[in-house]
Amino acid sequence: MNFPIISSLILLPSIGALFLFFINSKNINGIKYVSLFVSIINFLISIYLWLIFDQSSYEFQFVESRVWIKDFINYKVGVDGISILFIILTTFITPLCILSVNSSIKNRLKEFLIAILLMETLMIGVFCSLDLVIFYLFFEGGLIPMFLIIGIWGGERRVYSAFKFFLFTLLGSVLMLIAVISIYWIAGTTDVEELYKLGIDPKYQNLLWLAFFSSFAVKTPMWPVHTWLPDAHVEAPTAGSVLLAAILLKMAGYGFIRFSIGLFPVASEYFVPFIFVISLIAIIYTSLVALMQDDMKKLIAYSSVAHMGFVTLGLFTFTQQGVEGGIFQMISHGIVSAALFFSVGVVYDRTHSRRINDYGGLVNVMPKYSILLMVFTLGSLGLPGTTGFIGEFLILMGTFKKSFLVAAIASLGVILGAAYMLWLYKRVVFGELTNQKLLKIIDLNKVELSILTLLALSIIFFGFYPDPFSNTYSVSVENFINEYNDKLNNFNLQNQ
Amino acid sequence: MINLFYISTEIFLSLSILILLLIGVFKNKSELFIYNFTCIILLVGLAININLNPQFPIDLFNNSYKIDYFTTLIKSVILISAFLVMLCSLNYVKQNDILKIEYPILILSSILGMLVMVSSNDLIVFYVGLELQSLALYVLAAFKKDNILSSESGLKYFILSALSSGLLLYGCSLIYGFSSSTNFDLIYQNSESIEYGIIFGIVFILVGLAFKITAVPFHMWAPDVYDGSPTSVTVIFAILPKIAALTVFINFLYGPFLEMFDQWQAIIIFLSIGSMVFGAVAAIGQKKLKRLIAYSSISHMGFALAGLSVGTNEGIQNSIIYLIIYLIMNIAFFCCLFMLKRENQYFDKVEDLSGLSKNHPLLSLSLMIILFSLAGIPPLAGFFAKFYIFTAVIEQSMYFLAIVGLLSTVIAAFYYIRLIKVMYFDEQKEKYDLNHSIGLKMILVISSTIILIYFVNPNIINNFVLDITLI
Repeated sequence: MNFPIISSLILLPSIGALFLFFINSKNINGIKYVSLFVSIINFLISIYLWLIFDQSSYEFQFVESRVWIKDFINYKVGVDGISILFIILTTFITPLCILSVNSSIKNRLKEFLIAILLMETLMIGVFCSLDLVIFYLFFEGGLIPMFLIIGIWGGERRVYSAFKFFLFTLLGSVLMLIAVISIYWIAGTTDVEELYKLGIDPKYQNLLWLAFFSSFAVKTPMWPVHTWLPDAHVEAPTAGSVLLAAILLKMAGYGFIRFSIGLFPVASEYFVPFIFVISLIAIIYTSLVALMQDDMKKLIAYSSVAHMGFVTLGLFTFTQQGVEGGIFQMISHGIVSAALFFSVGVVYDRTHSRRINDYGGLVNVMPKYSILLMVFTLGSLGLPGTTGFIGEFLILMGTFKKSFLVAAIASLGVILGAAYMLWLYKRVVFGELTNQKLLKIIDLNKVELSILTLLALSIIFFGFYPDPFSNTYSVSVENFINEYNDKLNNFNLQNQ
Repeated sequence: MINLFYISTEIFLSLSILILLLIGVFKNKSELFIYNFTCIILLVGLAININLNPQFPIDLFNNSYKIDYFTTLIKSVILISAFLVMLCSLNYVKQNDILKIEYPILILSSILGMLVMVSSNDLIVFYVGLELQSLALYVLAAFKKDNILSSESGLKYFILSALSSGLLLYGCSLIYGFSSSTNFDLIYQNSESIEYGIIFGIVFILVGLAFKITAVPFHMWAPDVYDGSPTSVTVIFAILPKIAALTVFINFLYGPFLEMFDQWQAIIIFLSIGSMVFGAVAAIGQKKLKRLIAYSSISHMGFALAGLSVGTNEGIQNSIIYLIIYLIMNIAFFCCLFMLKRENQYFDKVEDLSGLSKNHPLLSLSLMIILFSLAGIPPLAGFFAKFYIFTAVIEQSMYFLAIVGLLSTVIAAFYYIRLIKVMYFDEQKEKYDLNHSIGLKMILVISSTIILIYFVNPNIINNFVLDITLI
């Protein structure tokens, strides 16, 4: 038997967390180095996995399967071209989060890093589980560490936000649990690969789709159940916001590809108008809301909702461009929003204010910061040459194939995105330096500079040269679309 | 020739009760000795019970008493949890001046009653066991006799329980009248033609049993009695009678009344939904931990009943897994309660948990695991307990029950995470004592570890119940 590389990816952060548990909490450097070491090792393992990954095959690779609950559920994990990118995103962002705690977390550092590492385990688990029950476990398990991260280390209204986050997400996902169990009794298995082959009886698909949707819509988050996100983002500490924006939101997008569309093609086709409408509302409405925000984190949180609206729009076009764009947009948004939240965290640590009006003229005192923030702003609004452009462009191309009107309205969102991001940048960085407190502010230190530079470089590099990503997922996406169309045609033939 | 060998556990317990009584009467200051000796007796009883695990079902005393794998398993569970309860409450009992010779002896007699209940195959034997159990518990509830709350709870429990026993007896007499037998097997044979008298009897018996496991709408006594009794008795109430009563539920429903499945299913579903929803909603406003856990256990009993309402072997098995995980979580929860002590005073309000995580990181970590598990958040054991129940429920396409149950877990999650919020997000208070007995610490550590790592290999607990096939 081969070396269980995926299980070790999942387990390693947990082992690191267990190790941290036994370190004296006064030994701050030891704690930091151990967690950083573990997360970097995990990143290297995932890169190795990417290198030996066979890009010409759409099959699941490195599959591990063993009996878990007798006669019921198997522990089954594996990756294909789509999920491997999300794993790399996770292992890439986590070390950066751990690096960033230097300045932002003052108390209970050990517990914080344990929570972050446990989160990493659960997030990787979500992206590589090939069994619905295992997926549900990882998906829901993330509630516990995230609840604590927001609640213990958050801002003033952290209790309210933590409760809102927890209860919203739990409420959404209990229906998914019912659907998972129902699938077991309808199809006789919860193994995703088997289910792809068997297919699910179309007469159940609509209800099951809605049950899964209720969970993913809350997590994505889609309008009108997005209201937990601004609260959670605003109150969470920097590293928590980064994990939320960069990875947790992607769980739902990934869930749409792997489960909603993959398992229920007939229902997905049926609900396309519904998805398009609420995606458009998300894009236009939350962009307008973002324009009105006077809190930087809230603005970025609303922009996340808008960007995820693009993602759902792209995924539900079922065209090669749309789906690829959706995936690329998720990766891109993962990097860009992480970078934006890190940037807000940098100034928040110095001034303890997130209000946009408290800033202005930062370019005079923080030149390095201003340049990097420019890159992230342009990345977020989708300037050609950044990753944001490729994602949005592909999505709009896919949407034009389906419906001109939808694509036209969605394009308006791009303009609005540029409006609120540039206006934010103008108000924060340019103008007169009016706030006297800002005079003493110091520019980025080495750690912050290296985090932000790394993110900026990857935004520009993959913006010009997206091939490493697109080569990885293109075969899988092609197969995904073909299977989708086959299943749909079969259904239509049977109905005639 | 009656083979007494198979009831040696019961015989051993009865003899021990008599001997302990004699020792207590004739020897001065023997309270602690009797307490410790009772723990040992429970362990020996457990060993005897495991040892006589029969390969095939055995009927004794004219088929009025049966021993099979199911009853042996439940008896072992009862004996183990009784031992753990005794062990973890020792310090509490000592410091609250309730360590009298009667205390452990009453617990033993109540356990003897439970064992008889579990094995009974006859209405009269069942009733004798039930009353032996209940009578001992009435006294225990009022054991802190100078405390007005404790006396009140004892009286309240006695009156309401006597009422429910009356209903139950009336049900038994109806059943006897219409099926002309008190033996479970004969009732099963004679009740094939559905008569209204028997249905009435079933309803009365179910009402009586619902009282015992605090299912809504027969739950009113639980919060007051839980709150008023000494904590060492509350933990008994929360665990032991529920195991026994739920087993009796199974014995009745899947024994003599199996043919009437269609008639009683609606009742059980009603009890189940009522308990799940009411327990979840009513606990939100509670300020005392003991009242809160009372409502939480009402809610948990609703889930266990949901497993019974489906009428399949899987349903029964999953209910028993639920019960086992429930008792592990509850024992662990009460261990935490026993640790909230400062200068010989015990604390049981929600606000007393405030900022616990800063002073007692390990205690609050365990309590957090327990609470998340009670709330049913994966990957903790409490999630799997609910997951199995809903697997059985959805197999029978009872979607309404499943959706109501899962939505009530969301409501329930609110008050569990509120406790976690108080522990982790609020300001800290004075420290509590650290000098707990090793037994208490061990039980807390082991049970919370089981809750935490149950998901690694769920088969370890699940394998116990696989052989239970009653239908």
